[in-house]
Amino acid sequence: MNKYLVNLKVNNMPVSVEEGTTILDAAKKLNLRIPTLCNHPDLSVAGNCRVCVVEIKGARLLAASCATPVSEGMEVFTNSEKVRIARKHIVELLLSEHNADCTKCFKNGNCELQDLASEYRIGDHVFLDLVKPAHKIQDISSPSIVKDDSKCIRCQRCVRTCHELQGISALAVTNKGDHQKISTFLNKPLNDVVCSACGQCINRCPTGALTERNYIEEVWKAIYDPTKFVVVQTAPATRVALGEDLGLPPGERVTGHMVSALKKLGFNKVLDTDFTADLTIMEEGTELLTRLKRALVDKDETAILPMMTSCSPGWIKFQEHMYPELLNNLSTCKSPQQMFGALAKTYYAEKINIKAQDMVVVSIMPCVAKKFECERSEMRDSGYQDVDYVLTTRELAMMIKQAGIDFGKIEEEHYDSILGESTGAAVIFGATGGVMEAALRTAYEIVTGREVPFTNLNIQPVRGMDGIKEASIKIKNVKPEWSFLEGVDLNVAIAHGLANARQLMEKVKSGEANYHFIEIMGCPGGCLGGGGQPIPTSPEIRKKRAEAIYSEDAGMPLRKSHENPEVIEVYSKFLGEPLGHKSHDLLHTHYKPRKRY
Amino acid sequence: METKLKKVDIIFEDDKTISPIGILEKTIKRSADEIILDLIDSGLKGRGGAGFPTGLKWKFTRNEDSEVKYVICNADEGEPGTFKDREILDRVPEKIFTGMAICGYVIGAKEGYIYIRGEYNFLLKSIQAKLDKFNNEMKQKHIDFTIYLKSGSGAYVCGEESALFESMEGKRGEPRNKPPYPTVAGYNNKPTVINNVETLVYTTMICHMGPEKFKALGTTDSRGSKVFSVSGDTPIPGIYELELGMPLNKFVEEFGDGDAKAIQVGGASGHCVPRKKFNDTIIGFEGIPTGGSMMIFNSSRSMYNVLHDYLEFFTEESCGQCTPCRVGCQQLLKGIEAVKRGERSPSYLDDLKKLTNTMKIAAKCGLGQSVGNPFNSIVDNFREEIIY
Amino acid sequence: MTTELLVKELVEKNGRCRNSLMPILQGIVQKEHYLSEEAMLSVAKELDLSAADVYGTASFYTFLDTVPRGKNVIRVCKTITCHMKGREEIIEAISNHLKIKVGETTHDKKFTLLTANCLGWCHKGPVMLINDEVYPELTPAKTVEILEKYGKEQ
Repeated sequence: MNKYLVNLKVNNMPVSVEEGTTILDAAKKLNLRIPTLCNHPDLSVAGNCRVCVVEIKGARLLAASCATPVSEGMEVFTNSEKVRIARKHIVELLLSEHNADCTKCFKNGNCELQDLASEYRIGDHVFLDLVKPAHKIQDISSPSIVKDDSKCIRCQRCVRTCHELQGISALAVTNKGDHQKISTFLNKPLNDVVCSACGQCINRCPTGALTERNYIEEVWKAIYDPTKFVVVQTAPATRVALGEDLGLPPGERVTGHMVSALKKLGFNKVLDTDFTADLTIMEEGTELLTRLKRALVDKDETAILPMMTSCSPGWIKFQEHMYPELLNNLSTCKSPQQMFGALAKTYYAEKINIKAQDMVVVSIMPCVAKKFECERSEMRDSGYQDVDYVLTTRELAMMIKQAGIDFGKIEEEHYDSILGESTGAAVIFGATGGVMEAALRTAYEIVTGREVPFTNLNIQPVRGMDGIKEASIKIKNVKPEWSFLEGVDLNVAIAHGLANARQLMEKVKSGEANYHFIEIMGCPGGCLGGGGQPIPTSPEIRKKRAEAIYSEDAGMPLRKSHENPEVIEVYSKFLGEPLGHKSHDLLHTHYKPRKRY
Repeated sequence: METKLKKVDIIFEDDKTISPIGILEKTIKRSADEIILDLIDSGLKGRGGAGFPTGLKWKFTRNEDSEVKYVICNADEGEPGTFKDREILDRVPEKIFTGMAICGYVIGAKEGYIYIRGEYNFLLKSIQAKLDKFNNEMKQKHIDFTIYLKSGSGAYVCGEESALFESMEGKRGEPRNKPPYPTVAGYNNKPTVINNVETLVYTTMICHMGPEKFKALGTTDSRGSKVFSVSGDTPIPGIYELELGMPLNKFVEEFGDGDAKAIQVGGASGHCVPRKKFNDTIIGFEGIPTGGSMMIFNSSRSMYNVLHDYLEFFTEESCGQCTPCRVGCQQLLKGIEAVKRGERSPSYLDDLKKLTNTMKIAAKCGLGQSVGNPFNSIVDNFREEIIY
Repeated sequence: MTTELLVKELVEKNGRCRNSLMPILQGIVQKEHYLSEEAMLSVAKELDLSAADVYGTASFYTFLDTVPRGKNVIRVCKTITCHMKGREEIIEAISNHLKIKVGETTHDKKFTLLTANCLGWCHKGPVMLINDEVYPELTPAKTVEILEKYGKEQ
């Protein structure tokens, strides 16, 4: 549809923008920054914090620039006396109901309210302190998320995230007036409600009201403990985002620097979750082919299709709450993190001659649901908790800063071996569609003996940021043992963000969909937009991280999981074969229904 | 006492020779444009307090291109000191129904809703019975319009029109961003006329008696009459329909107890007028506009208590979403308490006055925007009472 | 009737959509005097809403209580005009008669005493609601009489 251009002036500067543009965006076009708090590029407009108010010539009221569309001839002032006084008042008011003990806050230094307070040089509080003592009691019930109401400024970004992006609404606005707050059903602890632990709310919280449960001190303690052998694994998406928290622009690939920094922090071995991502493809790809055979050839009704990926623990918890009737669709594969933990404390411990009880496995994850996942009772197949601590990308950045490492200037290093080798297929696990692409690269080749029929192995139809992607791949000229797949159109679907997942699940439930394989990632953009990634996030930032991931893939010498030599070795020396007995014991799991409401 | 104020009898007029449904039948024989012109000509402005010209509101909604439109009667009367809509709902509901049906005809709506505050649930049964009868009559006369009742559950802010829509849609009554205005996107995001109870009755009566009679009442800026809710220190509390544009001193002479020191005009969100200003205050859009609440306070009353009561009310009844209102109300309330206790100096009242200015221009809806009215008018005129 | 059945009935009557949430919640409160956890969960299930969303909406409205209330909920208007006409004496009379303070419920679960913002009877204060019934122009004696009448009901 053609849109009209609207002409207006902002601070006396003329600008033309499409009709429907907000004043905020029109000002941006003139490189004028209007401060915002409740506004977020991923979310619907709220217009409730009011810090973005501007003056419109002739209007009695100031307008929230995030919520007010431009109109022809409008004259806007973003920094008039009226605006400045009002904006400062609003920041002061927010501070008056905010526990402004900034030096003790986990978000100290990365807080939008703190930035505003600093910008406006808010000195002694003019207004009375309104922080309610009851709000100072943090909710630490969740292994992933800490909720601190005394820091909350009621911008409702978390509520909109939980509803609009994740389709869950575990968080809601409750009560009104001075009792209004952001809470859960009947104010229950986060761990007792339908929270998926995805942490997307944390990514969008402007203050320290929602943060990850952090395990930095525990990890330092393990590193300093001479009786412990501390190994660390790094998830695919961490290497394209860590730099953002250490002064680099979004989209920088910092793999070698990250490895080097981890070694300098004192981890005994620096290994890669990418290794088990490749392993996941072997297991999950085989599982898919087996299910297809059982369903299509044996007509086995227990072979449930579509099969759904299981790498994303937020998605798994969501499914356990919301669609318990579809749990058998989930692949039984553990996530790469947990495969790593299980192998580290068995195969690897044996190899390097360390007792499993002396080994501490730390994960660096773009995720906070991983913190929940590692504590699941199912994740102790080594006889110990397979993964001991999960740190977010953000927590790792803090440790690097604490250690005084000049991240930009250190030499790049390589992952240790074994459990450090990986392929491009593993790296792309970090982007939505990546697991699907990696699985197809391997499965297609197993079945046909040929590479997937896409230029440079890049399966474009499964890439990109569309909420739900669908693709169909015709399987032709198969090897004799896969003859039942000859001519079959393999239908796949991919969703990222749980609201999209929900849409897809409804289609599956209604029987309207005829997919064979579905990839779901709990977070928008996949793991690169995970709840543990650097803050802020936005569609643009995620796009840059995705580009980095795909260029990392393109630059790898090996790009197919089944070609990973360490994976081949682990099968020949330890596991036997995919879906074999040992795999079953160590690499696969099961799920349990949880409360729907 | 000699009556100096012109008492009017339009709203509650009990003329057995005319029936509301008869007015409806007669009116919809005319063109919609004619009706709108009459309403504009009459000078009728919304009687809920905001005072938007009713004819224009109908015209804007009529001009919207939409299959579905709504007429909503705002009967969420919650302003402290206001009780006139309850009387109207109780005594002449058919005149409300008629106004809604006329509006439906004019704008092209087939459904109307009356949103009645939960505090008036005791009225529902009798209104429903009368409504069923009215709906039936419309059906028989092939008037394609149906009215439904919806009830609130105790939230003052739902009287704000967009909050009322939210509430009708089963959500928290949080006011929306504007634009879009209800005439473009109201209930269910469809073009909607939302009028106060009293306004709708006046539209019925203007259609019945013509704009001239209405226009003859009041002043240039404030045409017609208005129903006032009179309470507080008065020997004759109650409901009175009076000509608009009256000087406040006349009002006090008639309704005061001889010792009035202040009148709160327009309820908790209105203005407090002290005795010394009675003579030069006009009740109307040119002076102090009001939804009809007139609270009279005599010299035995503490204006600190009055203000404290109002601020407590707003602190509780703010929807809580926007910063200036949610936090501002609390700061004003705790602020006067702190000054009273001597924990803050009297000059802190001036800081708070500046804050009310921010609330007035930066709050999201009329609730937060108007808290400064009682605050400033009471603090300015009764500063000593607030401090000591 | 069980709560679940009541909710189903109200959903049938009002429609299975978000716009029906208020009348459904109001219907539950009318029968059960408050919204129990079970009731809100049933509503969430029936309307396919999150439980937090139902609770968040209910808790916005003063009359949609989410804590247990007595069979008869008394709401005394606390606005200034009622205050001027003797609100405190009325509350005191109720408190003494029922042996409960504002916010409390009697042991036999028959009465809950609350205050409310303006009830719209400023010319006839003090005023109270008992459930949906309104009692204007109260005196302490009249109030006790009314309470006694309710007390006798089973």
